[in-house]
Amino acid sequence: MTLATPTASAATQPAWLPLCRLDDLEVERGRAALVDGTQLALFLLRDGGVHAVSNLDPYSGANVISRGIVGSREDAPTVASPMYKQVFDLRTGLCLESHGKEPLHLRVWKVAARDGELLVKWEA
Amino acid sequence: MAGSSERIVVIGAGMVAHRFAESLLSRVEHPLELVIIGEEGLAPYDRVRLTSFFDEGAEALALDPAQVQDDPRVRFVPGDPVRRIDRDEQQVLTVSGERIGYDRLVLATGSYAATLALDGFSLPGCFVYRTLDDVQRLRDFVAHRAAQLGRPLRGTVIGGGLLGLEAAGALQGLGVDATVVQSSERLMSAQLDLAAGAALRRRIEQRGIAVRTQSVTTRLDPDRSGQVAGLEFKDGGYEATDVVVFTVGVRPRDELARKAELDCHPRGGVVIDAGCATSDERILAIGEVASFEGLAVGLVAPGYAMAEVAATRLLGGDAAFPGYDLSTKLKLSGVDVASFGDAFGETPGALDVVYADPVAGVYKKLVLSDDAKTLLGGMLVGDASAYGALRPLVGSALGGDPAAYLMPEGGVEAPVAELPDEAIVCSCSSVTAGRIRSAVHDEGCADADSVRACTKAGATCGSCTVMVKKLVGKELAKSGKVLSNALCEHFDLSRRQLFDAVRVSELDTFSAIIERFGRGRGCDVCKPALASILAVLVGKHVLDGENATLQDTNDHVMANLQKDGTYSVVPRMAGGEVTPEGLIAIGAVAKDYGLYTKITGGQRIDMFGARLEQLPEIWQRLVDAGFESGHAYGKSLRTVKSCVGSTWCRYGVLDSVGMAVRLELRYRGLRAPHKLKVGVSGCARECAEARSKDVGVIATETGWNMYVGGNGGFTPRHAQLLAEGLDDEALIRAIDRYFLYYIRTADRLQRTAPWVEELEGGLDGLREVIFDDALGICADLDAAMDAHVANYEDEWAATLADPAKLRRFQSFVNAPSTPDPSLGYVPERGQVRPASGEERRSGAVLIASTTLEVRR
Repeated sequence: MTLATPTASAATQPAWLPLCRLDDLEVERGRAALVDGTQLALFLLRDGGVHAVSNLDPYSGANVISRGIVGSREDAPTVASPMYKQVFDLRTGLCLESHGKEPLHLRVWKVAARDGELLVKWEA
Repeated sequence: MAGSSERIVVIGAGMVAHRFAESLLSRVEHPLELVIIGEEGLAPYDRVRLTSFFDEGAEALALDPAQVQDDPRVRFVPGDPVRRIDRDEQQVLTVSGERIGYDRLVLATGSYAATLALDGFSLPGCFVYRTLDDVQRLRDFVAHRAAQLGRPLRGTVIGGGLLGLEAAGALQGLGVDATVVQSSERLMSAQLDLAAGAALRRRIEQRGIAVRTQSVTTRLDPDRSGQVAGLEFKDGGYEATDVVVFTVGVRPRDELARKAELDCHPRGGVVIDAGCATSDERILAIGEVASFEGLAVGLVAPGYAMAEVAATRLLGGDAAFPGYDLSTKLKLSGVDVASFGDAFGETPGALDVVYADPVAGVYKKLVLSDDAKTLLGGMLVGDASAYGALRPLVGSALGGDPAAYLMPEGGVEAPVAELPDEAIVCSCSSVTAGRIRSAVHDEGCADADSVRACTKAGATCGSCTVMVKKLVGKELAKSGKVLSNALCEHFDLSRRQLFDAVRVSELDTFSAIIERFGRGRGCDVCKPALASILAVLVGKHVLDGENATLQDTNDHVMANLQKDGTYSVVPRMAGGEVTPEGLIAIGAVAKDYGLYTKITGGQRIDMFGARLEQLPEIWQRLVDAGFESGHAYGKSLRTVKSCVGSTWCRYGVLDSVGMAVRLELRYRGLRAPHKLKVGVSGCARECAEARSKDVGVIATETGWNMYVGGNGGFTPRHAQLLAEGLDDEALIRAIDRYFLYYIRTADRLQRTAPWVEELEGGLDGLREVIFDDALGICADLDAAMDAHVANYEDEWAATLADPAKLRRFQSFVNAPSTPDPSLGYVPERGQVRPASGEERRSGAVLIASTTLEVRR
């Protein structure tokens, strides 16, 4: 988990938004989530860590990152875009393998768990 | 060359002219004008591989002309031969009357095939074997004449050299009963000594080609139709024949040069110096038309060397032609012959080391210097596998016991001498070991393919490919890298090794396998590879347990990802057969969901634009209508394409649709290292284009012919004949074994064509495994295929029956049925397609994809 304690304040921005139950997610298989028209890709890792990155693949312009294969590159947990196979670090969104293209990165959001519920620190 | 736009005119558009142009253009950026005048009216093609025409067609011989012809500095004038060279005006005159001025002129007119001045040498049915036109006419004649006579033809090849043996093989391939007639006492007398010639003769006869030596032909006779029917020999003998091919050498085409009064050699050829200049300094000659030190030679490699020298000279450099390298290798399947360097031991004091096995038809000889240390040359018959390793070593130390190079394959490991940098590895393109080393170290080439692209090593005849591979491996190892077979950073094993490891260990989950044999958590390379391996060995549903995390999105959702993130859906239509009710059901689904429909290349229907959350509903409709998954998304059997066959077709010999349906239903769902395609044609007209498939099945009067290793795609290949006249059951067993042997031993993403090519022993090796059970694995392969057939289930229906699996098809975890709001479409030809970025920004023609009842 990237962050431990969510703040209770909902009024101020950015806010912690509940997205789904943790057990809605499967280990090493992403799911998409929709917040205010923005698409997130959520990943639950084998060690229990959860990451939220943009579902929008910057190379293809399609919302498909949640459907990529999860893996690792040295120490970094990764996802490979299913479209043109660019590989991103799930923790930072940095592109680790651009396949000869200019590196483009994924936006990341902080996530937390409370009572089995997954929350995202939402900033549009 | 001056900086201005000098005009260089090349007469001739063959391989050597092509190489010259390529070399010249690639070396300079500045403007020049290159005019290439060809006679044949064709783009340059690979004459060395002329015989491949019969198997692969004319396209296979094309010499990547784009590089030269697309260069704006080049003007290509095909089909307009030069009539005269006007040296005073520095102009050439073509037959059509055009005058083309030159600053420098390059003669690359090559040579023509000689015939014998015999009575009857030009009768219909007599051919030479030199140009694409020759072999096309030969093929047409054989087909026509065989039909006319209503029986297989008897053919005679006059001339038992390299080309004659190839021509005899080609005749045999056309169904002609071939005899080679040689005037001297042995075959390939320019390259082989008596013992080697005798070994070759046995090989040729074993292949079913008759050989007649010490036979001088004196006359050819026609039959009453005026076509060739028989030949008479000097010793009084007479033989019937229906087609004659002359392969009695080539003569330089030096007529233009003679008319222009350039110095020509009495025995033919334009005399050149080491810089390829003729007696007129503005005119150069290269290739087979050139005579250097009294010799004109009909081989491509020296021509290439001259082309490079000429290009260098024209650019002001001072390269020199080193003399002829007469190394040759016969390209006739099943008959390995090579000769190189000083093969006859003419160097004073030369020693021979000979290995002969008359039973196996093998004869090998190495010629060494008087101290037995330096390799001077050699000849190899029956097993020329050492040719690639030995030829580059000519003139340098062997680095070990010479006998080791001569021992049968698999016996003693040959010592591996380090090649000197200047050793020529690829003689066709004159690529040295040093050049390959620099491609690896300085240009980042990491395998033989990239070295070929970079240096042209192995791009012409391919006989050095193995050597190039070895060299690349060694160089990579030196710089601490390996020509790695490792799958990826997580597994050091190759796919084949991993397959065996999983099979033996009986592990059946990704986590257990990567913990035992790898490291980390995998990636998009090793995970799908393991998914495929587990599918074959364990055979559970793609979404069962941890399997689900290994699948590429296509396999994961059992549909094909398209550019906008939606999917396409392809139901199986085995053999391309579909009922009217089936078509109506598919039409209704496509209409209701607004899907774009298109017929695929594999004879079925693809429906595009299905969203993740729509897939299960669409499948349900299709499954209810009797369809199942077509596995269009998998590295697995795709389709079995067929022509209509004997059930309807006037010409059909066997029921190709019935066989195609049977094969598709047998192998459906079979996971493999790459996609597998099959074609079945009902007669030799081959309407199913089966020879472009991994397995091609073609009906004949005596049963099914089975071809393997074909594909379309990036590197198209024609499948090669593996077995003939099979009955239904034998065909199916052969395909069973071929598929499973491939699945077990191929590399990741290696299609069957390169797999067959790299197989030990090639096609013969494959036959031994499949039909003779040489590895003792057939029972195992058969059992594995029986298990596959017994355990097959439709992945779509199985998914629909499992609510847990269906949850994966929700669009958003927090909005399970909300469509992806980013999708947008525009109408085109009565259907839809994804909107482009520009169309989205303008917003004018956008159709959102939020409803399913409205046609988008």
